Amino acid sequence: MRYAMAIDTKKCVGCGDCVVACQTENNVPIGFCRDWIVENVSGSYPNVEVELRSERCNHCDNSPCVRCCPTGASHIIEGGIVKVTHDECIGCGACIQSCPYDARYSHPEGYVDKCTFCDHRLAKGQTTACVAVCPTNCLYFGDLEDPNSDVSKALKNRSWKVLAPEAGTKPQLYFLT
Amino acid sequence: MKTRRDFIKISAAGAGAATLGLSSLSWKGVNSLYALNDQGPVSEEEMTAHSTYCEVCFWKCAGWTYVDKKGNIRKIIGNENDPHCNGRLCPRGTGGVGMYNDEDRLKTPLIRETVNGKQRFRKASWDEALDLVASKMAEVREKHGPEAFALFNHGAPGSHFKHLFHAYGSGNEGEPAWAQCRGPREVGFGATFGSWIGSPEPTDIRDTKCLVLIGSHIGENMHNGQVQEMSTAIDRGATIITVDPRLSTAASKSKYWLPIKPSTDIALLLSWIHVLIYENLYDKEYIEKYAMGFEQLKEHVKNMTPEWAYGITTLDPDLIRKTAREMAAASPSVIVHPGRHVVWYGDDSQRERAIAILNALLGSWGRRGGFYFKEAVKVPKFPQPEYPHHKWDWKDNLDGKYPLSAMGITTELLRASIPEFNYKHQIKSWIVAGTNLPLTIPDKELFQMAAQSVDFIAVVDTMPMDITAYADVVLPECTYLERYDYIRSAPHREPSIALRAPALKPKYETKPSWWIAKQLGERLGLSEYYNYEDIEEVLEWQLNKLGSSLDEMKKLGVKKFPRKSGGLYLQDGEDYEFNTSTGKIELYSLEFEDLGFDPMPKFTQHPQPEEGFYRLIYGRAPMHTFSRTSNNPNLWDLMDSNSVWVNPKVADIWDIKNGQKVWLQNQDGIVSTFPVKVRVTERIRWDSVYMVHGFGHTNKKLTRTYGHGASDSELITNVMIDPMMGGTGMRGNFVTFIKEKPIEEVES
Repeated sequence: MRYAMAIDTKKCVGCGDCVVACQTENNVPIGFCRDWIVENVSGSYPNVEVELRSERCNHCDNSPCVRCCPTGASHIIEGGIVKVTHDECIGCGACIQSCPYDARYSHPEGYVDKCTFCDHRLAKGQTTACVAVCPTNCLYFGDLEDPNSDVSKALKNRSWKVLAPEAGTKPQLYFLT
Repeated sequence: MKTRRDFIKISAAGAGAATLGLSSLSWKGVNSLYALNDQGPVSEEEMTAHSTYCEVCFWKCAGWTYVDKKGNIRKIIGNENDPHCNGRLCPRGTGGVGMYNDEDRLKTPLIRETVNGKQRFRKASWDEALDLVASKMAEVREKHGPEAFALFNHGAPGSHFKHLFHAYGSGNEGEPAWAQCRGPREVGFGATFGSWIGSPEPTDIRDTKCLVLIGSHIGENMHNGQVQEMSTAIDRGATIITVDPRLSTAASKSKYWLPIKPSTDIALLLSWIHVLIYENLYDKEYIEKYAMGFEQLKEHVKNMTPEWAYGITTLDPDLIRKTAREMAAASPSVIVHPGRHVVWYGDDSQRERAIAILNALLGSWGRRGGFYFKEAVKVPKFPQPEYPHHKWDWKDNLDGKYPLSAMGITTELLRASIPEFNYKHQIKSWIVAGTNLPLTIPDKELFQMAAQSVDFIAVVDTMPMDITAYADVVLPECTYLERYDYIRSAPHREPSIALRAPALKPKYETKPSWWIAKQLGERLGLSEYYNYEDIEEVLEWQLNKLGSSLDEMKKLGVKKFPRKSGGLYLQDGEDYEFNTSTGKIELYSLEFEDLGFDPMPKFTQHPQPEEGFYRLIYGRAPMHTFSRTSNNPNLWDLMDSNSVWVNPKVADIWDIKNGQKVWLQNQDGIVSTFPVKVRVTERIRWDSVYMVHGFGHTNKKLTRTYGHGASDSELITNVMIDPMMGGTGMRGNFVTFIKEKPIEEVES
């Protein structure tokens, strides 16, 4: 089992619904977020291109945040999901600095928080809150080891890229281009 | 510098690199909105789900409001059976939670009073506030007739007050939906196909092969079903052609972006029509069977070649030909989208006519992948006496002007409120329900004069919107999550109804609009129109007539019904009578001709900005609805201000840096109340600037959004009226930049 997500940059309109749905599902305080939107503009008028993408924790195979955690609060669970045990986190922030994707934030209650791939929903056979809400259906989630999962199918038929491959983290968010 | 909190990030390549949308919020402010000591998610099994349909915009998606055991609304999720949303709400629907939680909400009735020469609001009981509004309505009825009381409204609250006004005897009601929004397209398409577009638009986007958007920015206007279908169309390889002076999100997903010179759209449309006809690309069978006026049209566009249009639109003639051929290749599965907010230059009904004619030539009306035949459930009317006859309404004040206006023209109701205009019939007082007029109506001076002229204004809203500052009485409405409203029945492929039921009791001392209107009605002696104790009785009666019940609808949320009006599309060779005077699609409009208007659209030049000025274009952001959501904590968190988009060449000339705050001044010397951040971007022409509408609130009681960004509305003082239907064209305003804080005038 290897959970991963593919994000179709050709369909994402950058509406931010994934951000709000995550906030309400996971009780993320307003002013903070576990996922966010990036807009890349390139070229010059009138030959301009825009790439919109929904980003979150890359749930890396080679996770610097897990390696650098002094208490073991940051850990990897079944399916490759990177999680933080809030009670064990001392809020030192080393993981925040080590993450090339800026995917973690300091929760006002003193611990570090981040995307969980909604593992509480996966346990019930549901998909993540962001995938379930996305009006453009531009997010594909599932098990990379299952060739019939949405994410496997999406990656099979399209070209894709990962972010900051030079960091060597083996990220598991794939951006369809 | 990339920081964790700017979650709308602009990380442009090269020199244009920019970061936008910094969201900063003190932890202090977070407390009340976040379920403390309740870490992590709550499972759906531990919550109760209540049926609703959304009121954050007019799309009215059905969903479920989830309430936890402590009585917190935790989330709102789309109803999977709802054709408007297919189980997926947009950010505003998901963020509807914030509308309930917003601590700035109106909490009690308020009455304006004067103490030591200073005006202020004081808290009042419902009885006192309702008695006062009812006494004012009774007074106007006695002195001037009930017609002198006008209603400005939008959305669900409007429906309850319309009932009250009709029972009371006034037909003077106006909503910005007509003259400030979609009126022209209903006129243009009505004259051509004999049918309004209506809402939601019957555009068969999911099955289209070619979608043409003219200034319509689907994806930024988050009309949920359309956005979803555009995404499906992209998956299926549809060609998108976008005409827009700005590289909108939709334009960035298009095969062709036509960065047209603003105000020249009709020339492009006529040249496309020319290519379709003179290259023999139009749907001949369809035109022959269903349309009239083809020969006149052919003659009319004879000289309107792409080369002619080039000199007007600045668009490459080859590109005009190529895109016309793309449309023809996809015909009839092609949509030249009518748009929604289409009051631009005052000849908007004619531009919409040109769009309708183009669709006719492509054979797309009544065809798969074009426009489908919509159908709605007819909800039976709860028994009540006939409404009294009113002696006059807004139309009687027009003296034959705007003959095709089919809904009240807000700006005309405002003019009728000002004695200096000497209208035959005067408006004396208003109720404003669910519409924030100061940020909606162009020509602020007109609005302010009208508001100063009338004797009395009552405002019904959930939030201390800018309009409440003009009120004599403020009636606080509870949010849609805390109330029943009438059954939603909107036309779609499959007819359906949806139920809005309260998830919780109204917070504070707020009340639902149906209750407020009923209380006023009873105080005015109109009890016979309110032959029920509670709106639940009305809903139960109506649902029983439809073969359902309140209980069933609370469980289902949405119920679909079989179509009765025939198929979604025309069958091959089917005889079909269009609802026009000739029964045909009118390429040559007899209706327009009879009224003295051009039977076929013509291009007219519109003024261009002087040196140093740029055309002000405005639009929507996907996380906000007009000005009504900008204080919503969840949505404010996504986007807390607008910015003004400026082409880098223009920014260079002015030495304006990305992120710098400037004031905008328009051609009439009006300066924006607040400064606005500049977004330097290649995504816009050099002759135009762009702003998201709905920011620049002036009411300090909107503590989050007050003073954030600038209001496009206040810069729109040049209004070009559509002579056919009274629409207020708002795209003829030009702005320049002021880099230093303008000196405030001191009142002497």
